[in-house]
Amino acid sequence: MQSIVRAAGLIKWYADSPTPAVDGIDFEVEERECFGFLGPNGAGKTTTMRMVSCRARRSEGVLEVMGMDPSRDQRTIKEHIGVVPQETNLDTVIRVGENLFAHARYFGIPKPEARARAEEVLRFVQLDDRIEWDVEHLSGGMKRRLLIARALINRPRMLILDEPTTGLDPQARHLVWDRLRELKRQGVTLVLTTHYMEEAAQLCDRLVVMHQGKILVEGTPRALIRDLVAPQVVELTATDQPELAQLVSAMATRAEAHEVAGDRLILHVDDGEAMLKAVNDSGLGYETAAFRPASLEDVFLKLTGRTLEE
Amino acid sequence: MSIRGPGSLPPGVTFTSVWRWPRPSFRMAYRMWERNLLSYSHRWHINLVPNFFEPFFYLLAIGFGLGKFVATIKGVDYARYIAPGLAAVSGMYGASFEVSWNVFFKLHFAKLYDAVTVTPIDPEDVVVGEMMWGITRSLMYSLPFVLISALFGLVHSWWVLLTPIAGAAVGLCFSAMGLTFSSLIPTSDFFSFYWTLFLVPMFLFSSIFFPIDSMPAWAQSLAWFSPLFHCAALFRELFGTFGTNMAAALGHFVWLLGLSAVLWPVPQNIFRQRLVT
Repeated sequence: MQSIVRAAGLIKWYADSPTPAVDGIDFEVEERECFGFLGPNGAGKTTTMRMVSCRARRSEGVLEVMGMDPSRDQRTIKEHIGVVPQETNLDTVIRVGENLFAHARYFGIPKPEARARAEEVLRFVQLDDRIEWDVEHLSGGMKRRLLIARALINRPRMLILDEPTTGLDPQARHLVWDRLRELKRQGVTLVLTTHYMEEAAQLCDRLVVMHQGKILVEGTPRALIRDLVAPQVVELTATDQPELAQLVSAMATRAEAHEVAGDRLILHVDDGEAMLKAVNDSGLGYETAAFRPASLEDVFLKLTGRTLEE
Repeated sequence: MSIRGPGSLPPGVTFTSVWRWPRPSFRMAYRMWERNLLSYSHRWHINLVPNFFEPFFYLLAIGFGLGKFVATIKGVDYARYIAPGLAAVSGMYGASFEVSWNVFFKLHFAKLYDAVTVTPIDPEDVVVGEMMWGITRSLMYSLPFVLISALFGLVHSWWVLLTPIAGAAVGLCFSAMGLTFSSLIPTSDFFSFYWTLFLVPMFLFSSIFFPIDSMPAWAQSLAWFSPLFHCAALFRELFGTFGTNMAAALGHFVWLLGLSAVLWPVPQNIFRQRLVT
């Protein structure tokens, strides 16, 4: 396998910040895989995406995209990538089809070909009946699909998506996921950022968890769950704080790990059913109890903590 | 409404630390220009028609109306005197409108340039493309003015056929100034300063309505620094208002290109800093 992106000791300082936005990260993205950047807001994901897509200059370290240097060969790199931005930046004074046509022309695609491709990518995101619409009349989900369509107009080798489904309803989100999986089957490398654990689990072959500009862990979603947290989670809610305290003192030592968040006690255990039985046998009071398999969200919260960053 | 953009240059980024001589690609700039043409093509019939009415009314009201009382300026009718200057003014405003509010909006609110610069088009190309579009818009105003003036019989030289080239220099110069201003200001409110402290005084004191000879000597030398003075003088030579002195015309033309060349790298550098962070 060939690396399409390689970063080593990559650092990004912004002039107005006392700490670096990206603080010495190393990663490699293989051709044709889906690689995810997970992390809370302000972790440095977007800055990393901007550096890879030649829209932010690195401060220090090595960054190679398709074997080229983004600070010198940006035109050639940009020729072969597609970018779906976090913020919707469609051209609102021209229509849906024209947005795609204009974008194709930015790449120098000849006019008849540009028209054909506009229709092709609209079909791909199921917006072909909206070709004559004003952009402003599209729903949020449609705008996002149009952004994806736009990013595909140059048939990119690599698609960079910054929070592709933020703000979408479940139907629109599943459609986007379905389209991204189809692109992967077609051999497009996907690099995405997200703070939806389900999205990462659904799409990513490999991912890194970023926090405060650093990469904390790297691996497949399955391996991260297996290696970093116990396989099952029991969540207990208490009616009041004394009850919660009793539950904590009685049960915490029996679990691999535990957390208290608000009125909840979260127990990371090997056997959820056994733990539930132990809780019931103890005769202690609680309001609700549930167990579920551990998820990427548990990994994420374990690594980045429960406190808000911003 | 006041439109607010993010702060000016990021703190710590000094002008000299990132300054470089721009290397725009004209092929890429053309693609930016083409997008503007596409968006303009939706409303060209609404936008272009007034460009013909405006000179008509101006010449009628000021040239022939006010002109009745002014009699002649240096031996020529007042309408004949002001026509070339007003043509230059319309070119100035045509370019200025385009590269001020429109560019500011595209930069800070529509985020159009963020979408454009993920393609092979770089920020420098965006600026040059907008300059080319500013020239185009400028010509859309000044050339109808020339045409209407000719129909009124206010043009007296075949050199007038060079007005597209002269008009392009007017457009380039005001695009370069406007883009520089647009790239530096933090909010769109500042455009009113550009208008009221820069464009309007120039409009009034650049020999459009009366020759600068009538002003005090110090004001006359000040006028030499007004870009619009050179635009108007250039147009007046090409219209043959007082006959045509091509050496003088060339001097004004070179003055406009010179100012454009001095300003050339400024907006390109600032746009690069804003768009490639």
